[in-house]
Amino acid sequence: MPLDYLLTEEQLEIRDLCRDIAKKSVLPVAEHYDRSDEFPWEIMEVFAKADLFRIFIPEEYEGLGLGVTELCIATEELSRACSGITLGLAGTALGTEPILVMGNDEQKAEYLPRIANGALAAFSLTEADSGSDAAGIRTKAVKDGDYYVLNGTKQWVTNGGEAEIYTVIVSTNPERGARGLSAFIIEKGTPGFEFGKKEDKMGIRASATRELVFTDCKVPAKNRLGKEGTGFITVMRTFDHTRPGVAAQAVGIAQGAFDWALIYSKERRQFGQPISAFQGIQFKLADMSTKIEAARALTYSVARMVDAGVKDTTRYSAQAKVFASDVAMEVTTDAIQILGGYGYMREFPVEKYFRDAKITQIYEGTNEIQRMIIGRDLIRTAGEEVYFE
Amino acid sequence: MDFELNDEQKAMKDATRRFADEVLAPAAQGIDEADETNLELVGQLAELGYLGLTIPEEYDGAGLDTVTYAMCMEELSRGCASTALVVSINLSLIADAILKFGTDEQRQKYLPGLATGEAIGCFVLTEPEAGTDAGAVQTTAVRDGDDYVINGTKCFITNASFAKTFLVFASTDPEAGSKGLSCFIADGGTDGLKVDKRFDKLGIRGADVREVHLEDCRVPAANMLGEEGKGLKIALTVLDGGRIGIAAQAVGIAQAALDEAVKYSAERKQFGRTINKFQATQFKLADMALAVDSARLLYLRAACLKDKGDRFSVESAMAKLAASRAANYVANQAVQIHGGYGYMKEYTVERLFRDARITEIYEGTSEVQKMVISSALLQD
Repeated sequence: MPLDYLLTEEQLEIRDLCRDIAKKSVLPVAEHYDRSDEFPWEIMEVFAKADLFRIFIPEEYEGLGLGVTELCIATEELSRACSGITLGLAGTALGTEPILVMGNDEQKAEYLPRIANGALAAFSLTEADSGSDAAGIRTKAVKDGDYYVLNGTKQWVTNGGEAEIYTVIVSTNPERGARGLSAFIIEKGTPGFEFGKKEDKMGIRASATRELVFTDCKVPAKNRLGKEGTGFITVMRTFDHTRPGVAAQAVGIAQGAFDWALIYSKERRQFGQPISAFQGIQFKLADMSTKIEAARALTYSVARMVDAGVKDTTRYSAQAKVFASDVAMEVTTDAIQILGGYGYMREFPVEKYFRDAKITQIYEGTNEIQRMIIGRDLIRTAGEEVYFE
Repeated sequence: MDFELNDEQKAMKDATRRFADEVLAPAAQGIDEADETNLELVGQLAELGYLGLTIPEEYDGAGLDTVTYAMCMEELSRGCASTALVVSINLSLIADAILKFGTDEQRQKYLPGLATGEAIGCFVLTEPEAGTDAGAVQTTAVRDGDDYVINGTKCFITNASFAKTFLVFASTDPEAGSKGLSCFIADGGTDGLKVDKRFDKLGIRGADVREVHLEDCRVPAANMLGEEGKGLKIALTVLDGGRIGIAAQAVGIAQAALDEAVKYSAERKQFGRTINKFQATQFKLADMALAVDSARLLYLRAACLKDKGDRFSVESAMAKLAASRAANYVANQAVQIHGGYGYMKEYTVERLFRDARITEIYEGTSEVQKMVISSALLQD
């Protein structure tokens, strides 16, 4: 693949390791966890043993000190087998990111080594009436001495109920809207912190999605990330780093579905020849593969940009996420088409990739939000470079 | 050119719409979860006459036209596409085949059962190795005295577990390839006709889709439909008509998704206003409505042609191609407008998104429709 030329030895090793884990451990159980209501703990142990939870943790906190690029590589390879199971890892990386971008030394020292060793984390922003509009957050944290008292319900938390460590965005000053948001680290088991219903989803069914319910939940003030009111900035900086990961997940889903379609098209015979001999199928495969390569190239170039410490990557992270998720939806749709009636049946995994793909257009900011971000940034920066005199 | 429906057509459309809203739509989610056909609702469809809608009155049907049938398919599918499918297979594929190709005796014997729902039909053509290439059917029928003995395996057979009128395609002359295909009517329960494995599907989970095995299944020679070797012609002819029903089904799914999206966008508030105030949502809804309406016009055109007795195979292929695309496009956008809620099973659009996907596949994939359209273009 063209990308291989750009990867370092170490990155290629990570890719090969994850591909191996995906084939040996994830693929054989993907169907089981898609249908059952269980959380794939056995695979989380495999990920932990392979040090995958260390990828995004700095070396001083028992991590490998690697970057967004390496996490994207792992996410893509594992999602190619099952994106739902992979969310145990990717959701943990998302939950960890606020600590990485805003945490102080004590917070990092307390939580990062645990995560490096396989404790799951989760990130929580959304509420029932606050999806795309983060300013609509109702969950409140009221300061009371050395504590904050939290009340409210958060929704659709990936790894919710399974993770030990939660980074949660709540309002410390409802009058200030988005500027009144603050981020907190909250541990499972804290009195007043309970879990609501597990969602019954179209796809990524191996992933647990639950409500977090806070009822007079006392959280130590030292668990606040950054200053009061920096919650929204924390979210934006977190997403800048994690949206390439969603793009990588989408690329993995698209690749997995494409792999099936390609093999099937060579095996399936109609009119006396493999259907891959028909131009109608060949051109479809050509478009699918071209889109995947383009999505992968954009995803990894943005990942490298983030790793290089470029200051403002928001627009590009959003572009990678939009493009790759749209590609995932298109490619999985076409993959079903190539398998025909078999593509619609659950005995083939292509319909699962199709169901899984849809979420990538929705979560971590719907594609509509991404387009808002991209559009606003384009307008804001228009004219910075004078090209046409 | 007349875009007006007559009084009878209007009355049927309205009545069907009410039935879909009041009876089918409220049941649809439960049917999806239960993963089986709701036979009680099928019984209600039969009682209301839907299973005999286009069957002539002399055979206990309602004798209505294809336009009415297609509009009813749209409305029923708007409520529950799985349940509506029973009607389209019974009428478009089975009753139409017997009407057009059957002898007087065959019509007398089978059409009333199809019309009343006492002997619902199922179309037994597809095989594991014969999908788009229908001529590649491996199932054989060998003449033995007054019978034919049929052997083979069929897959993706809808209605199979409760159907009583099986239209079976088998080769009477394997060396002749697709020209050796013949068509038989087999009664449900005939020895050697075994309804087996139920397929576990992405959507239309209320449709009963099965594997069917024919093991030394004896069918009287009198039950051959048309002549020996006419099987493929019969299949392709009725599939032309079937596509009108599937196009209408796809439009019904799309219309349901559009309705849900319009409703949700008027309720959901973000950034201090309902999301239907955003141009991005408005334009999306506009494109969705365009897709639904243009597909609807295409299926109505095909239905009109069929009613007039004109050729309609290209028009029905276009209707099916456009409508199934519309269904997938609109259902996808409807989920998107619902955001995270659209991904949850408690919302109707989640099911519509899964149901829509089949319309580009069955009764001829989109690729088959393009073959039909392009070969007509290139013929003369």
